[in-house]
Amino acid sequence: MTLLAGVGAGPRGQAVPPPPRRPGRRWLPYLLLLPGAAWLILFFAAPAVQLAATSLYDPGGSLTTGYAMTWAFGNYPDALRAYADQLFRSFGYAGLATLIGIVLGYPLAYAIAQKAGRWKNLLLVCVVAPMFTSFLVRTLAWKTILSDNGWAVGFLRDIGVLADDGRLLATSTAVVLGLTYNFLPFLVLPLYASLERLDGRLLEAASDLYASPVRAFVKVTLPLSMPGLVAGTLLFFIPAAGDYINAELLGTPNTYMVGNVIDSAFLVRLDYPQGAALSFLLMAVILAIVLVYLRRAGTDEVV
Amino acid sequence: MATTSDAGDLRLAGLTKRFGAFTAVDDLTLTVPRGSFFALLGASGCGKTTTLRMVAGLEEPTAGHVWLGDRDITRLRPYQRPVNTVFQSYALFPHLDVFENVAFGLRRRKLRDIAPQVERMLSLVRLDGFARRRPAQLSGGQQQRVALARALINHPQVLLLDEPLGALDLKLRRQMQIELKRIQTDVGITFVHVTHDQEEAMTMADTVAVMNAGRIEQLGRPADLYDYPATAFVATFLGQSNLLAGEASGPSGGDVLVEAYGQRFAVPAGRARSARGRVFLGVRPEKLHLLPAASPVPSGHQSVTGVVSDSSYVGVSTQYLVRTAWGTELAVFAPNSGSEPPLAVGTQVCAHWSPAHAFVLERSPEEGDRTAPVLDTPDAVGVVP
Repeated sequence: MTLLAGVGAGPRGQAVPPPPRRPGRRWLPYLLLLPGAAWLILFFAAPAVQLAATSLYDPGGSLTTGYAMTWAFGNYPDALRAYADQLFRSFGYAGLATLIGIVLGYPLAYAIAQKAGRWKNLLLVCVVAPMFTSFLVRTLAWKTILSDNGWAVGFLRDIGVLADDGRLLATSTAVVLGLTYNFLPFLVLPLYASLERLDGRLLEAASDLYASPVRAFVKVTLPLSMPGLVAGTLLFFIPAAGDYINAELLGTPNTYMVGNVIDSAFLVRLDYPQGAALSFLLMAVILAIVLVYLRRAGTDEVV
Repeated sequence: MATTSDAGDLRLAGLTKRFGAFTAVDDLTLTVPRGSFFALLGASGCGKTTTLRMVAGLEEPTAGHVWLGDRDITRLRPYQRPVNTVFQSYALFPHLDVFENVAFGLRRRKLRDIAPQVERMLSLVRLDGFARRRPAQLSGGQQQRVALARALINHPQVLLLDEPLGALDLKLRRQMQIELKRIQTDVGITFVHVTHDQEEAMTMADTVAVMNAGRIEQLGRPADLYDYPATAFVATFLGQSNLLAGEASGPSGGDVLVEAYGQRFAVPAGRARSARGRVFLGVRPEKLHLLPAASPVPSGHQSVTGVVSDSSYVGVSTQYLVRTAWGTELAVFAPNSGSEPPLAVGTQVCAHWSPAHAFVLERSPEEGDRTAPVLDTPDAVGVVP
């Protein structure tokens, strides 16, 4: 909005009136907005409204008999009651995966940005390279890696981390590992971008001012990389919370997340009102978490 | 090596830094007395900043030691040294406001009662009322003063200044030079100031060390360095000099005799760095006086004749070039005191000087006359209009 307001007004505090602008110029920004806005209205806003309407349909209807709009707000508490476990699991898994992602991704991004030298571009390509194959294929590959007779399980059994009949596949561990792996690049890239801009001279200054390397990291590096960290965790957490592929392929019905429930509501059980209600619940919780997070993280220059 | 008598002096002993095959600082030994304002002066790449960074601990010496009083601080990490730096780029923390920038060092050392100290320091650098601004909201001069306050508040034993005024325009720079000098006198901390600006070094420092190619060429009071430079490099880097190539034929009475271009000149023995062999005869441009060719030269003065080939009026003085019979152009600065009429280009003149103002320096075989072109004052270097 500020962008639009700024376009029409000249420099503030100037007595001289701005030169007369050609008519039509003031419509230019709106003209530029038009294609994107039309796209979003057609393919995001309209379906969202439709979905909202669906979530309030009479739950007694079906695809064959048709749905009646009965403003059935009860769909929401019903859906929450029925699938609270999956909803909590979604945020638990996504939150845990995000934490592991930060632990893995921050040092990685830091090393690439500050220490990699001429290997920087190669390492960046390595971070992005998995994206060249499909999400599904990558997750299926993890199925092989974590399989009961795979080397990973074998090794973990040998060193005693897993019991002799212990397994990885079809456990919540596998789902969290899969989520971490699949979304890690989304965390690393924004983090890399903000760590890359970090001026090494600031760390010298901190060191000169009695900050040990650890203190310098906490007081200078971390706050200056905060915008990247916040953006990265959001890009990681939001799709992870709504993901269902990892739980589907690497887990069991006991590890299903809310995405799996929505998937089955729309495609298996054909309970559209419930699927729509769960979708909105998911969206609302994510929105709430993101708002609280942004406020706590205290960065105003993230998005 | 350490003696306790010079507690608090900063001493560099055989300090050397090599980057691969390049020797940035070459076996440097010097003492900076406690409480003095010391300037390391040199062109870029002479090793002065590397020296400073080794004192700060940001660079590890290849060889040699840094002593602070009787403490060897060579191997201490930067955050363990009682030394603070004002960086050339200022390196203010962009995510912290002025107050927190200045308080940074105190907070790291977990000191109490930070607020009044910060307030006092901000008023010392005349930034009262700016405590809650972010660095990006300050002008260059204000940022410079925050950088200074941020370092000074820790009461370091030595304050290192790495070209802190380089980014400022000329007027602000002059102002900050006076401020810095005032603050140094007020707080009495040892200042080591790195600069390529000879005027800045001379105005501010008690002691100036002229560095060239990783070594100290000469060290002393600014007036001594200017008046009687030790090498041709110092003579031309610190101010301007007319250096005439000649041969010294040894002491004669209290003088050293120098023969150049068929003329004999006498210089007091106390002003000759070399009494025999290849030498430069040096005279500063403002120590040369011009007379119309026919006029008698004041008694005791020595002279060369020539033609005025250029004259530039610069306000306080007029700067002439005088072309000698053998083609060298001498620089002459004549004060515009109003007592002498200006000389037109083409006038036959005689440039004369008192032998007490001349000096004799060693000269390497291949070197000929060295004179500085009039308008190319070192002052013009680095001035961004």
